[in-house]
Amino acid sequence: MESTILKAIDFDAYFGENHAVKKVNIEIPKNNVVAVMGPSGCGKTTFLRCINRMHELIEGATTKGKMLLNNEDIYEMHPIFVRHKIGMVFQRPNPFPNLSIYDNAIAGYKLNGMKIAKADRDVIVEQSLQKAALWNEVKDSLHKKGTFLSGGQQQRLCIARAIAMEPEVLLLDEPTSALDPISTSSIEVLLQELKKNYTLIVVTHNMQQAARVSDKTAFFYLGELIEYDDTKNMFTNPQDKRTQNYITGRFS
Amino acid sequence: MKQNIKYRIGKSKFFKFMVILLAILCTVPLFVILIYILKEGITKINWHFLVNLPKPVGETGGGIANALVGSLLIVFFAALIAIPIGIMGGIYLSENRKSWLANWTRLAVDVLQGTPSIVVGIVIYFWIVKPLSTFSALSGSVALAIMMLPIVVRSTEETLKLLPDSLKEAGLALGLPYQRVILRILLPCGFSGVISGAILAVARIAGETAPLLFTAFGNPYFSTNILKPMQSLPLLIFNYATSPYDDWHNLAWGAALILLIWVLLLNIITKITTRRWKVQF
Repeated sequence: MESTILKAIDFDAYFGENHAVKKVNIEIPKNNVVAVMGPSGCGKTTFLRCINRMHELIEGATTKGKMLLNNEDIYEMHPIFVRHKIGMVFQRPNPFPNLSIYDNAIAGYKLNGMKIAKADRDVIVEQSLQKAALWNEVKDSLHKKGTFLSGGQQQRLCIARAIAMEPEVLLLDEPTSALDPISTSSIEVLLQELKKNYTLIVVTHNMQQAARVSDKTAFFYLGELIEYDDTKNMFTNPQDKRTQNYITGRFS
Repeated sequence: MKQNIKYRIGKSKFFKFMVILLAILCTVPLFVILIYILKEGITKINWHFLVNLPKPVGETGGGIANALVGSLLIVFFAALIAIPIGIMGGIYLSENRKSWLANWTRLAVDVLQGTPSIVVGIVIYFWIVKPLSTFSALSGSVALAIMMLPIVVRSTEETLKLLPDSLKEAGLALGLPYQRVILRILLPCGFSGVISGAILAVARIAGETAPLLFTAFGNPYFSTNILKPMQSLPLLIFNYATSPYDDWHNLAWGAALILLIWVLLLNIITKITTRRWKVQF
């Protein structure tokens, strides 16, 4: 039995009057890749952003229900603390354009004003870039600006930046939708490596990607969690009609 | 049909020609002023002119050292007051686009930008000069700071607004507190825009005369005491150009050229900073 790291209980999210995520109950097991898929506007990204409390930054956005990280309610912790434990990678690569590759990788520490010795910093930078499978490509140009990298490399730099903080969970919001197929496949391979150390939640509207990378898949539709199962089961034997329609592309 | 196309091509050529012509026309006033001031001023400027005080009427020679130092001091203190406040205000406006306070601030800043400089001068006269019962360089700095403020606020706001939201989100997702996201990410990324706005504001106020007339007042002697009246380049030009003495006219021409060079240099520096610190996304 795998241990559950993250658990949502009757979780709702709103944008003002708009009920974007409806009564979601989900358990995310540790060291898994969980794909969250569904058509545009189904609340999957909103749900993801609730997990590290980025949702509430939007004006008028509110939430209800419980979100537990290791049985502690995220909404009773300080958001800054939550975001140290739960890293995030965005749809478009967004390295800090004013910082070098090295400084981007260490940005979580540097910009937070945490003092660490140079030697330790070097270790953190090297390890996180290695984990993000970027080290070999950039080790000779660590002090160049991060924005000189290609899109795929930038995205891996963003992953390195997030995992440098040693989070427990890593949220990825359509991490490959702005990338070409080669960069996409390198990120997908990387996800398999990363799950050894972290728990990954990947939002994607690409079903093939969900099938390729995830252990479990959650299907969202119109703000509801319709079905949540092992990816293999989900794609071979969906229980809900709507899931079946979506998977077979018969969705109107 | 063929006739028609020829006519249309001709029309479009004519339009292109007019655009180019008018663009050139825009640069004419600057060149006329530059050439005129250069012609009149260049012969007066030498080392002696820069480091000496004006001579009394009847003696030839003399320089503008007091006005040069005075202008530098007055503008320096104005910048010291206006730039921090302006940048903070700009940050507030770009962060809070819709709140009523932001709307009011924006309106106030816009009105302030259109306020005649002589009005700013007279207000400072009643606020600072009268209560202290002395003209002072500091009151001049305050008046100029008020002139600078709208430019700094708006340029900061516009620069920060252009930065993508993803940048801020990247910072917040790393668990950065709000002030660090602003100070360590947004400001550095918008640094070139913010700083060039500030430099342009300095260039803009360097030649302001009206707010200084009844604040810094002017001073024929050398002074670095900011609580006392102080000479400045625009005041010197104003006073000496309207005087009946040829020697003083010469000083005014020289000072005008110095002022022009100053403004030109600041503009060039702005261009260089924009390019040097431009952040590529």
